[in-house]
Amino acid sequence: MKQIQAVLRHQLVWPALTLIALFAIDVAHRANFLSIALLDGHLFGAPIDILNRAAPLVIVSLGMTLVIATRGIDISVGAIVAIAGAAAAVVLADDPTRIGTALGAALAVGVLAGIWNGMLVAFVGMQPIIATLILMVAGRGVAQLLTGGQIIPIGAKGYLVFGGGYLATVPCSVWIALGVTVATALLVNRTALGLFIRAIGVNPVATRLVGLRSGAIVFSVYVFSGLTAAIAGILASSNVRSADGNNAGLLLELDAILAVTLGGTSLLGGRFSLAGTVLGALIIQTLTYTTYSIGVPPEATLVVKAIVVLFVSVIQSSVARAMLVRQLLRAFAFAKTKPLTGTPQ
Amino acid sequence: MAAQPLFETIGISKTFPGVKALSGVDFRLFPGEIHSLMGQNGAGKSTLINVLTGVHEQDAGEIRLAGETVRFATPLEAEAAGIQTLYQEINLCPNLSVAENIFAGRQPKRHGAIDWKAIHARAHEALAELNVSLDVTKSLDAYPIAVQQMVAIARAMSVKARVLILDEPTSSLDDGEVARLFDVLRNIRQAGIAILFVTHFLEQTYAISDRITVMRNGEREGEYLAKDLPVEQLVAKMVGHNRMTERLKGGAPDTPQQRAGTAPFLSMQGVARRGVMNPIDLDVQPGQILGLAGLLGSGRTETARLVFGVDKADAGTMSVDGKNVKLSSPHDAVRHGIGYCPEDRKKEGIVAALSIRENIILALQARRGWLRVIGRKKQREIADTYIERLGIKAHDAEQPIGLLSGGNQQKVVLARWLATEPKMLILDEPTRGIDVAAKFEIMDRVLALCAKGLAILFISSEVGEVVRVSHRIAVLRDRRKIADVTGSAVSEDQVYRLIAGGSE
Repeated sequence: MKQIQAVLRHQLVWPALTLIALFAIDVAHRANFLSIALLDGHLFGAPIDILNRAAPLVIVSLGMTLVIATRGIDISVGAIVAIAGAAAAVVLADDPTRIGTALGAALAVGVLAGIWNGMLVAFVGMQPIIATLILMVAGRGVAQLLTGGQIIPIGAKGYLVFGGGYLATVPCSVWIALGVTVATALLVNRTALGLFIRAIGVNPVATRLVGLRSGAIVFSVYVFSGLTAAIAGILASSNVRSADGNNAGLLLELDAILAVTLGGTSLLGGRFSLAGTVLGALIIQTLTYTTYSIGVPPEATLVVKAIVVLFVSVIQSSVARAMLVRQLLRAFAFAKTKPLTGTPQ
Repeated sequence: MAAQPLFETIGISKTFPGVKALSGVDFRLFPGEIHSLMGQNGAGKSTLINVLTGVHEQDAGEIRLAGETVRFATPLEAEAAGIQTLYQEINLCPNLSVAENIFAGRQPKRHGAIDWKAIHARAHEALAELNVSLDVTKSLDAYPIAVQQMVAIARAMSVKARVLILDEPTSSLDDGEVARLFDVLRNIRQAGIAILFVTHFLEQTYAISDRITVMRNGEREGEYLAKDLPVEQLVAKMVGHNRMTERLKGGAPDTPQQRAGTAPFLSMQGVARRGVMNPIDLDVQPGQILGLAGLLGSGRTETARLVFGVDKADAGTMSVDGKNVKLSSPHDAVRHGIGYCPEDRKKEGIVAALSIRENIILALQARRGWLRVIGRKKQREIADTYIERLGIKAHDAEQPIGLLSGGNQQKVVLARWLATEPKMLILDEPTRGIDVAAKFEIMDRVLALCAKGLAILFISSEVGEVVRVSHRIAVLRDRRKIADVTGSAVSEDQVYRLIAGGSE
């Protein structure tokens, strides 16, 4: 009983159950949904496809998790994805062999964007949503300027590997997402940053009064978010073989915020889960996949998505969850005590 | 006094996971009386009040209002039945105007729209009854905490109440304000309203109460008429046994540094901040307790914040250990070995959702930086050491600090600084809102630390406490230092006279 209770109360249970439920629907619809085949030394299959497509979202959401944990928000990540892709494309359009420069440029503009956001939030003292709104709107303009208002095609083979290539049978983007996840986890858990970030999220005043330079930490969290957005921008532009200032990473910030909340991180700061965020991002991608694959008409997909998200969010609320846990526990207790009817004496 | 209690509980019990908070408590409240509920932290006062006001539901027992059994599922239901409560922390909206706060949720309306004229006029009236005159259109946070508390009281009293429950309403008021509040309470007692009053200040209990109920360990120890219960007996009943240590009786410790007149650890000359604090000179030696005495708003906390770099000084010089320094942030101050237990424990001290362990190691980890992480095992060791050494009452180190009682939270904040092995501690009202026993324990620890050579800047609104423990006392008035006296050479009365504006 105690164990069931502990399991049901664990932060990751609900996102995990949601993901499993979505998979179950897919399997019910197409029995070989989970099957993965090895073709030409590459893994193929729906799960691989989902992982591959979810990679940019996973990466952006990791940065977003840390921002939200400090009680902030970064709604400029979609625009940063576009700027980073545009920066890389511009470099490659000049000279398709300068892959390293292109990557460097993309990451640098991401970091720069993060520095801008971090400065406004941590040192100027703007509200995070307003501070990052500036770049959300202006960033698209910057991306447009870089691309000259055109969609710039990318043909450099070396660059296309990141979003479309394979390494050891697995898509490169999945490896990169895994790498960023592990790096973030190490950064947060193997240093004191995780503790500092949570403390700032819970009580920024008290955290400053213990002698922590909370401004610097908040600042670096936004820089990190800009960096993750830039990595996502590289994957996205490489995957579609072009940089589009208008549509790259469009509304990605909202998906990222959703992934973070689905994963059980509180928007009020203080509590965060990187694993939850990864699950949340996978839920969103699986949901998109599922609505298409079970044949929801395209005009209805957004509504279906909204309903599922609403449902999951309600389950995520601690009040609703406590209610459900109580019901479940009662049901367990009932099943245990209830004598089996009709058993022969 | 009417024979029939207006509000009573019979055999109330309440258990929280792992803690029996109340067991079989009988409690009576008569109309037209002021009744004090006394007990240490964790004695069950807050839980009893929460049960009476519908915040928690009791596990057993019944509540009767005017003879009828009632059950409040929510605080709103209790309020509707005429039970008004003022909690320890002010539950108002700082961003709304004073008038809006008083009438939030029951705005007088005219033609379907809010009648602002009536709101402002009636807010004025409600405050006038408390002898408070404010611009009611200004936002609440424009006023100091003491005034905000008065607004909360005005709000409670402007509703038709049969029972008024005040949970430590005076902890942020100065003497004049307390006296004013008591006048008002006596007034409304005349109207037949039953008043339940919780405070840690013994003097106030006797100044205002007709009847006293003492709680201990979740049980009712007894109910007494105030005039029949001498204060020593009250304390003995609350505490269970006498916890006043020899060290505390002895007052400020006689430390070698103190005798030899060592060079000051911290020295400040003409340190000031425009609009906040006038230029002030202070010296604190190792092994010395420097007390700051003064009224609310005299500059006690402002001085502490300047020393710790919370607010940047814009004039004057500071030196630590003889070297000139600039303390422009808490980070700087901590690096120089200074620690600060702030006055507003909940807002500035604890990090509520984090565990006791995390709260204790936070300052030490902050000082080491983010890379030199303290291992999990070492963290546990540090936390357990201080939990034991300071007698912090908790299940274990992993409990969120927000669940502890005020006294234990304060001990955790103290532990946080002790873990950094500081050379100087600033204690701003370290014993506010804390029960007698914990108060003694904390002050006892402070004196012991001082005897080991720690410099201490001690701030308290209880002049008696300042006089008892300080080697030297800086008396503040109107944001400037008006006297610097030797602790053993002055009496409480003399300090009072200095504060009030007389000469020594």
